[in-house]
Amino acid sequence: MSETKSGDAAMREYGASQEVPTFDDPAFTPLSTPLSEARVAIVTSAALHRADQERFSPSDTKYRVLDRGDRDLVMGHWSPNFDHTGFQLDLNVVYPIDRLEELAADGVIGDVSPRHFAFAGNQPATVSELRLDTGPACANELLADGVDIVVLTPV
Amino acid sequence: MSALAHVFEAAGLSTVVLASMHEVVERMKPPRALYCEFPLGRPLGRPGDVELQRDVLERALALFDSPHQVLRTHPLVIESDEQPLACSIPPRFDPALPAAVDEAQGLRAAYNRSLDHRGFTAVGRVIDADTIPEALRVLDRWATGEPWTEHPLPGKNTVAVCHDIRSYYTEAALELATGPAPGSRSVEAWFHDETEAGRTVLGARAALQAQGAPFPFWFYMTPGHR
Repeated sequence: MSETKSGDAAMREYGASQEVPTFDDPAFTPLSTPLSEARVAIVTSAALHRADQERFSPSDTKYRVLDRGDRDLVMGHWSPNFDHTGFQLDLNVVYPIDRLEELAADGVIGDVSPRHFAFAGNQPATVSELRLDTGPACANELLADGVDIVVLTPV
Repeated sequence: MSALAHVFEAAGLSTVVLASMHEVVERMKPPRALYCEFPLGRPLGRPGDVELQRDVLERALALFDSPHQVLRTHPLVIESDEQPLACSIPPRFDPALPAAVDEAQGLRAAYNRSLDHRGFTAVGRVIDADTIPEALRVLDRWATGEPWTEHPLPGKNTVAVCHDIRSYYTEAALELATGPAPGSRSVEAWFHDETEAGRTVLGARAALQAQGAPFPFWFYMTPGHR
């Protein structure tokens, strides 16, 4: 299937050709607690949601809130240009919530946040809503939950 | 992802990005990133591979030891498996129907089994499982040259309808397939190379393009490289 061989390579090439948003004077926040005491949350751009939540629209800039115990999640991402079946087989390949629970149980991290968040990766090119509106709003929710570390997972 | 990392760090959160596109993360410079050359859509590597998933997370968390911006690469490379999934399709039942319609109806039992044991489905962005055959009937008309403007598609949004068809087929196929968990583009290869529905979608897409339909109507009906 030589024609399909190029699927990921084509996407990576496309990604490399795109302009990226610039961030002047980016912040660097050192971890202020030992890893073994840190509370960890996942924020993914896979557009995950529960069946009872509002579906993602094609250029949705909002996020959905996932509870720590949620496992029956749908991938609402609109792009057909990456694999969706890995997630169907095991959500941890995109959203490693069970692995976080294990790391917490083993004392590697402090604990798992009660809430996690999902955005859609296909954002408008300027990502202005994400920067000015929904991104900071999500940060406030994470801070309110006492989160120290955010693990960001793409698709 | 890297954009969110910058927003979150500015708000006082410490972040680490699992990156899947090297050139992008290199230019976006999030404070901490682990680049993993894994199939797109599988940022933790392999479904069901607990050890690898944990290893990826531990390597990502180790980046908090760095006092400054850091981009590291996971040593493992995983290639996409592009071989079509080994999944036999039920035989034709009603030869009077367009092949894709007949095929979709034949897969319904497998789809239902998947729904029964998973309890939820990705089908339903704009059409439900009951409407899949009717949507394929319309796509078949487009693919065979009838003007798309005269045959409205249930669910209307071509990209979302194709997502629902693909999800219906994927869920049924994962029920029917035997052998190890399929690689990342294995179901995609099966759908487009071996199913009537996949061929019908490609044909409808080509017909829309030929009839001058707007680019976003047809382009995202399938992966771009097809």
